[in-house]
Amino acid sequence: MANRTIVASAPHVHGPLSTTKLMGDVIIALLPALAVSVYVYGWGVLAVTAVSIGCCVLFEALIQKFLVRGKQTITNLSAVVTGLLLAMNMPANIPLWIVAVGALIAIGVAKMPFGGLGKNPFNPAIVARVFLLIAYPVQMTSFAMPSTEGFVDAYSGATPLAAAKAGLMNFAEIDALGMFAGNMAGSFGEIATLALLLGFAYLLVRRVITWHIPVSIFATVAVFAAVYGAFSLDTPHLVSNFALFHLLSGGVVLGAVFMATDYVTSPMTTKGMVIYGVGIGAITMIIRLWGAYPEGMSFAILIMNSVVPLINKYIKPRRFGAKK
Amino acid sequence: MKTFPIGGVHPSENKKWSKAKAIEPMELPDVVTIPLAQHIGAPATALVKKGDTVKVGDKIAEATGFMSANIHAPISGTVTAVDLQLNGQGLRQMMISIKREGDEWAEGIDLSTDLVKECNLPSAEIIARIKECGIVGMGGATFPTHVKLSIPEGKKAEILIINGVECEPYLTSDYRTMLERGEELLVGTSILMKAVSVEKAVIGVENNKPDAIKHLAELAKGYEGIEVKALKTMYPQGGEKQLIAAVTGREVPAPPALPIDVGAVVCNASTAVAVYEAVQKNKPLVQRVVTVTGKSIKDTKNLLTRFGTPVSALVEKCGGLPEGDNRVLNGGPMMGRPMSNLQSPVMKGCSGITVISGAEALRGEPSACIKCAKCIEACPMGLEPYLLAKQSKKKAWDAMEQNDIVSCIECGCCQFTCPANIALLDYVRLGKQTVMGIIRARNAKK
Amino acid sequence: MNTLIFTIVTLCAVGVVAALILYFVAQKFKVEEDPRIDDVEKMLPGANCGGCGFPGCRGLASALVEQEDISSLYCSVGGADCMKAVADYLGKAAPVKEPQVATVRCGGTCEKRPRTSTYAGTKSCAIASATYVGETNCAYGCLGYGDCVVACAFDAIHINPETGLAEVDAEKCTACGACVSACPKGIIELRKKWPKGRAIYVSCVSKDKGPATMKACKAGCIGCGKCSKVCEFGAITIENNVAFIDSTKCRLCRKCVAECPTGAIKMIGLAPLPPKEKPETKTETK
Repeated sequence: MANRTIVASAPHVHGPLSTTKLMGDVIIALLPALAVSVYVYGWGVLAVTAVSIGCCVLFEALIQKFLVRGKQTITNLSAVVTGLLLAMNMPANIPLWIVAVGALIAIGVAKMPFGGLGKNPFNPAIVARVFLLIAYPVQMTSFAMPSTEGFVDAYSGATPLAAAKAGLMNFAEIDALGMFAGNMAGSFGEIATLALLLGFAYLLVRRVITWHIPVSIFATVAVFAAVYGAFSLDTPHLVSNFALFHLLSGGVVLGAVFMATDYVTSPMTTKGMVIYGVGIGAITMIIRLWGAYPEGMSFAILIMNSVVPLINKYIKPRRFGAKK
Repeated sequence: MKTFPIGGVHPSENKKWSKAKAIEPMELPDVVTIPLAQHIGAPATALVKKGDTVKVGDKIAEATGFMSANIHAPISGTVTAVDLQLNGQGLRQMMISIKREGDEWAEGIDLSTDLVKECNLPSAEIIARIKECGIVGMGGATFPTHVKLSIPEGKKAEILIINGVECEPYLTSDYRTMLERGEELLVGTSILMKAVSVEKAVIGVENNKPDAIKHLAELAKGYEGIEVKALKTMYPQGGEKQLIAAVTGREVPAPPALPIDVGAVVCNASTAVAVYEAVQKNKPLVQRVVTVTGKSIKDTKNLLTRFGTPVSALVEKCGGLPEGDNRVLNGGPMMGRPMSNLQSPVMKGCSGITVISGAEALRGEPSACIKCAKCIEACPMGLEPYLLAKQSKKKAWDAMEQNDIVSCIECGCCQFTCPANIALLDYVRLGKQTVMGIIRARNAKK
Repeated sequence: MNTLIFTIVTLCAVGVVAALILYFVAQKFKVEEDPRIDDVEKMLPGANCGGCGFPGCRGLASALVEQEDISSLYCSVGGADCMKAVADYLGKAAPVKEPQVATVRCGGTCEKRPRTSTYAGTKSCAIASATYVGETNCAYGCLGYGDCVVACAFDAIHINPETGLAEVDAEKCTACGACVSACPKGIIELRKKWPKGRAIYVSCVSKDKGPATMKACKAGCIGCGKCSKVCEFGAITIENNVAFIDSTKCRLCRKCVAECPTGAIKMIGLAPLPPKEKPETKTETK
C-alpha cells in the first residue's frame, strides 16, 4: 500500500463551526453599537476601544507565552471580544491608563489564572469593570454628555439611572425614542439600544446564541419594574414608562445580549439559561431600586456567574423519551 | 413537515455524487470471505468445512440461538478455509473462504424478475422464512429481522415504519433501491405488515429525495394501509427512535425500552426488499446495493454486490483510491466504521464505501471547551456530551451512568458540531462501552 | 451608633443560630470510626493510587484495621517497611510480598514493526484499540498513546519517542498496577523485581500464529517453543502461540535468550552467555 489509510472513529466530517468564527460573529454584532457610540461621543471612543483590545490581546499573548507556556490562543479572538466588551463598558472620556489597568484585570486576574478561555468562572470584562468601578469610581462614573460635534470630555452628565436614583427623573417625560437611539449618558457601549438589538438579531440569525438569556432578562426587568411601579409610584399610570425606562437605561441591553450570554460563564441548558436570566434581571432591579449603586447589571451578572456551576449540575436537558 | 423533537444537525448531503447512478451489478469475485459475525448477536456456526462445494444460496452457517442469523453462500464453488481472517479493522475474525466456480444457484430459488404480489402465509410462516433466509437490518445496525418481528408476549405492534430516510450523507443505496425496486419494496412492506399484524405502515422519506417520495406515493396507491410520509431533512432522522418520533410523535423511553413499547416496528427500506425476495422468491440474503462514493472517487457507483467481495475490488471498479491519504469508511461519514484493511469483505450491513480524501481526512486540532452548549443543542437524545466526555476522561463511570450515557446512539452530532473540534464522541463512546460492560456484569451477578 | 450595634448584634445572632444548627446536624450524622484508621492512613504513602484494590489509602487503612488476617492486603508503594510498621502498630502479622516491577511486554519498535495506517483519532490507547487494530498490523502490541503514562501516579512510565513503546523506570515504579489495568492490550505485567534492574522476559504477547506475527513484526514471539525446551526450571510455557516466562520460577540463567530466533526474549542488566559450541543453532533460523 503506497498510500496509508487514515483511521479515526466516526464522525468523519466536521461542521462549519469554530471558536474563531463564533467570536468573530460576536465582534461583528457589536460593531453597529460601536459605530453609534463614535457618532454620539466622537473619536475618543475608538481610542478607548483600541487600547482595550490591544492590551487584552497583548496580555493574553504574554501570559500564554511566558507563564502558561502553551500554544498561543489569541487567534481564537476571545481576547478581542473581552477587550471590546470591556471598552464598551467604560465612559468615552476615561483616561486610557485606566483602560489598560482594566485589561490587565480582565485577562491577568479573571481569565488566565483559571486556565484561559473556557475555564474562567466569571466574565472577565465584567470583573474588570467592577474592579474599576470600585477602584476608580470618579473616573468610571464621569460620563461625557452625548455630543455630535466630536470628542467632548470637558463636562460630564449624570446617567438616566443616576438621575432616577437621585429622584430627579420625571417618568412622564422620558425620551424613550432618544434613549432607544442612543441619546443619553452612559458607558459608551450601552447607550445605543437599537444598534445593540440589531446585534442581537444578528447573533440569533447566525445561531451564535439562543434567545433564552436575553429575553428572560428583559422580561424579568420589565415585570419587576412594572410591579414595583404599580405599588410604589405616585403616578401609577406611568408604570409602562417606568418599565420602559428601566429596560432602556443603563447596561440592561448590552449586558443581557452580550455579557450575560458569554458562553463560558452562562448555563448550558435552555432551562438553566432561563433561571440564570431571571436571576440577573431580578438582582439588577433589586440593586437599582434598593441598592447603593444606580446600576446593578454588572453585579447581577457576576452573582449569577457564581451560580452557574450549580445550575449546570442540577438542571438537565429533557432527555429523549422522558416526559415532557 | 415533521421531524424528530430534539437536536439534530445538517451535514452537507453530498448525495449528488452518486444519486443519479442506477444500480449495476458488481462482477463476481473469484474468492470471497464470509464473516460468521455479520449481525448483532451471537456469531453464526459454520456448517461447511474445507473442501465442501456450495451453490449460491446454500446455507453455510446457522444462527447460534435466537439472537443470531443464518448465512448463505454468495457464490458457488469450493470452500477453501474456515479460519481466522482479517476484518476491515485489521482484527481477526472467523470467516468462511470460498473459491468461485461459475455461478450456480441452489434449487428452489426463484431467479425471475416477475413481481409476485400475492402472499397468504400466516405471520409465523413469514417470520420463519425471513429467519431462514438470514435477513438482518440493512441500514447498518444489522439487527436480525426475525427477532424484531417476533413481538414479545403482552405487547402489540400498532404501526410498521419503513425507514427510507437515509440521513447519512453521501449514501444513496436506499434511495436507488426505492426508485428502482419500489414495487418489491411495497410488497415487502405489506408482507412485513402481515408478519407483525398491523393495519398501517408508513414509509418515511426525507424531503431531499422528492422523486423517491413521489414514486413510492404513486405506487402505494395500489396497496392498502401504506402511506408515504415526507420528513423534514435532519440528521440523524434515520435513527430508529428519531424516525418513530418523527412519524408518530411518540418517544421511545430510555433503554431498556424498545420501539415495540410505543407500538412501533421499524425496518429499513432495503430490508423490506430483501424480505420480499426471501418470502416470495425464497431467495436468501446473499447480496446488497453498496454505494461507492466520495468527492475524489472518479466514477461513483451503486453496485449490487455479493457478500464477501473485497472492498478493494469495489473501489478499483470505481476508479481506485485517489493519491495521497484517504479515510475509507464502511458506511457514511457520520457513523461509518473506518477501515484499515481494504481486502476485507462487504457484509450485510455495508450500505456504502465512502472515501474521504485530502485535508478533510484529517481531524482539526482540538482546543479548549468554551461551554457553548452547541453539543447539547445538537444531541438528539437530550444528553450533555461535553459533560459525558469530561467524565469519561476522568473515568467517572458511575456519574456517566447517572447522566444517561446508555441512551447515546453514537450519531456523532456532538462532535460534528463542536466549534472547539473536541473529539467528544471518542470519549463518549469509550464511556458508553465501559458503562454497558459494568451494567452487564452487574446484571449477570444478580 | 445604633446602626453599628444593631449590625453587630444581628451578625452575632446569625452566627449563634448557624452554629447551633451545625452542632445538631453534626451530632445527628456522627459516624463512629476506629481512631486507629486515621493513624494507619498516616503511615501509608498517601498516593491514593488504587494499587491495593481500594479506591484510596483510607480504604486500605480501614481494611487493615478491621480484618483479623491482613495477609491478603498489601501496599506495594510503601513496600515491606511500611507494611511492617503498620502490622506492628496493629499487632498483626505483617503481610509479605516479593517486590515487583511493571514490565512492558512489547518489542515492536517503529523499526521492527512497520506502520501500515495513520491513526488520526484521539491519542488514547483505549479509544484507538476500540476503533481498530492500530497503526501496525499487530493487534496485540503497544499502541504508544500513553494511557499507562496518564495512569501512573509516580512518573515511572514513559513513551520513548524513538521506539514508540512504553518504558518503565524501575527505580520509580512502585508496582501499584495502575498501568496494568490502564493498558487495553494487557501488555504490562507485574514481574518479580531482581536487584540492579535485572530481568529476562518475553517482550511479546501476540497470540497470532507464527507467520502472521512475523509478517506484522520482526521482534514478535512466534511460539516456536525453543526457549521452553532449554529452560531447566520449567519457567517457560507456550500458550496461544506465545511464550511466557514465569518470573517466580525464572532464575535468570539466560539460556533461553540465546535460543530465541526473533530476539523476542529480552534481557536487561545481564551479560549474554558466552557462545555455545554449536553456533549454527543461532544462524539457522531467521
